[in-house]
Amino acid sequence: MSAALINFTYIIAAALFIFGLKLLSSPATAVRGNLISAVGMLLAVVVTLFSRDILEYQWIIAAAIVGGIVGAVAAQKVAMTSMPEMVALFNGSGGIASLFVGWAALYNTGTTTFTIFTVLLSVLIGGVTFSGSIVAWGKLSEVMPSKAIVFGAQRLVNAGILAALVICGVLFAMDPSLSSPLFYVIIILSLLFGVMAVIPVGGADMPVVISLLNSYSGLAAAAAGFAINNIILIVAGSLVGAAGIILTNIMCKAMNRSLGNVLFSGFGAVKTASKVEGEVKPITADDAYLILEAAASVTFVPGYGMAVAQAQHVVRELGELLEENGAEVTYAIHPVAGRMPGHMNVLLAEANVPYDQLVEMEDINPRISNVDVAVVIGANDVVNPAAREDENSPIYGMPIINVDQARTVFVLKRSMASGFSGVDNPLFFGENTRMLFGDAKASLSSVVAEFKG
Amino acid sequence: MEAVFLAFVLMLSIFLGFELISKVPATLHTPLMSGANAISGITLVGALTSAGAGLEAWATWLGALAVVFATINVVGGYMVTNRMLAMFKKKEPKAGDQA
Repeated sequence: MSAALINFTYIIAAALFIFGLKLLSSPATAVRGNLISAVGMLLAVVVTLFSRDILEYQWIIAAAIVGGIVGAVAAQKVAMTSMPEMVALFNGSGGIASLFVGWAALYNTGTTTFTIFTVLLSVLIGGVTFSGSIVAWGKLSEVMPSKAIVFGAQRLVNAGILAALVICGVLFAMDPSLSSPLFYVIIILSLLFGVMAVIPVGGADMPVVISLLNSYSGLAAAAAGFAINNIILIVAGSLVGAAGIILTNIMCKAMNRSLGNVLFSGFGAVKTASKVEGEVKPITADDAYLILEAAASVTFVPGYGMAVAQAQHVVRELGELLEENGAEVTYAIHPVAGRMPGHMNVLLAEANVPYDQLVEMEDINPRISNVDVAVVIGANDVVNPAAREDENSPIYGMPIINVDQARTVFVLKRSMASGFSGVDNPLFFGENTRMLFGDAKASLSSVVAEFKG
Repeated sequence: MEAVFLAFVLMLSIFLGFELISKVPATLHTPLMSGANAISGITLVGALTSAGAGLEAWATWLGALAVVFATINVVGGYMVTNRMLAMFKKKEPKAGDQA
């Protein structure tokens, strides 16, 4: 097939990607959008296979079978609660693939300085994406400690790595021999840089990192596209790169922090919040049932704790019982609840909660004072009124769901330990707050049993 | 000239990406991310040309490895996105429900 025909087909593939992403913006059309984007990918791959540049197929076929099986099995097996880990690993495999593509491009004939530059860029971004994603996966799956790892000379070390990368890059570009050890040094430094970039980020900040790595995986593909002069890689890669940046920005805004602050500072290391004192009012499942039974409107506010307790199904069951009882039921979701953007929405969708009952923070806050009962399940920082009131709090200024303004608040909690950021939560001592201690799933199950009995 | 042309495409695509994504509701952020992630597996196209171009053995190896990882990214990414999106359902109309 001629190069012109292939490039025209790439244009169609690019249009399908764009159209697919557009359809992803509504739950009603999203399945179709994803399918259209997959067709675009298939088209791009098939037409490439017919290219005159491809002389031998045995390696391609073997490699594609292995990759296809691994990808398909992983996608089928993964539990919805582990979705952040899965996305991190997929990001990582895209990153390392771009690194290899860039590397292999060195073996093409007629490399110019510009090509060398783009090869180095794809190795750098691909390497950072790969090792950063592996560290993110480690933190999310708790293979390694999920809290921020910060040490004194961190910035110095990072600056050193970056300087060494630039120096090695320039030296290699001046004498790009295939056997040059500099190239291997660059690969190792890139991988190291990715590790260093993610270790100082704490578990609750993971939504930002996952979005950012997603962006990098796209940019790595775009850089590889420059290296091998392939336009579809540039178009698709930069679409993804832009998408990731937008999401990163949304996540940062939802935490009222700058990207630099999330990436470099760990969390809550600087300020100490005013100590919160007061009396907590525990409640039993029986009493919780009586209050819920009388409520005309109930809002559930889930957080990462719901995922940990696997409580999403019993939450939905309780929600349905409340609706049968005549209450208006909504699920209010903070943009950074969970470990990746939209994490809670996916879990509730898995439990068959219809998406029209999922409401965003901006929609629930203006009417929260009319909500009879707000049920907080495993969320802490995203409902902490200190973010609104206490200027000394490390999370001051972060937009929260104002559950403390609801008529009654139930907080489901294991014990009185503070949230991920280690910040005290004045919500627990509020006049209208009732604490339902114990495992969220067990507590809700006994409320459900009361309804049924 | 080629480089300028490609950079131009890069710039336009980035702006297009911003426009497309800024309208996605928070509900769909996870599937959006994994769907976008699957698209970033487009590097597979590059991997195919490296693995099949009959370059030196080492370059072919690199290409083949790239094909493995990129295929994981593409196949896994699209399938998991589809699995997630299939779960998002509208409320089934029941008697007595408000629309």
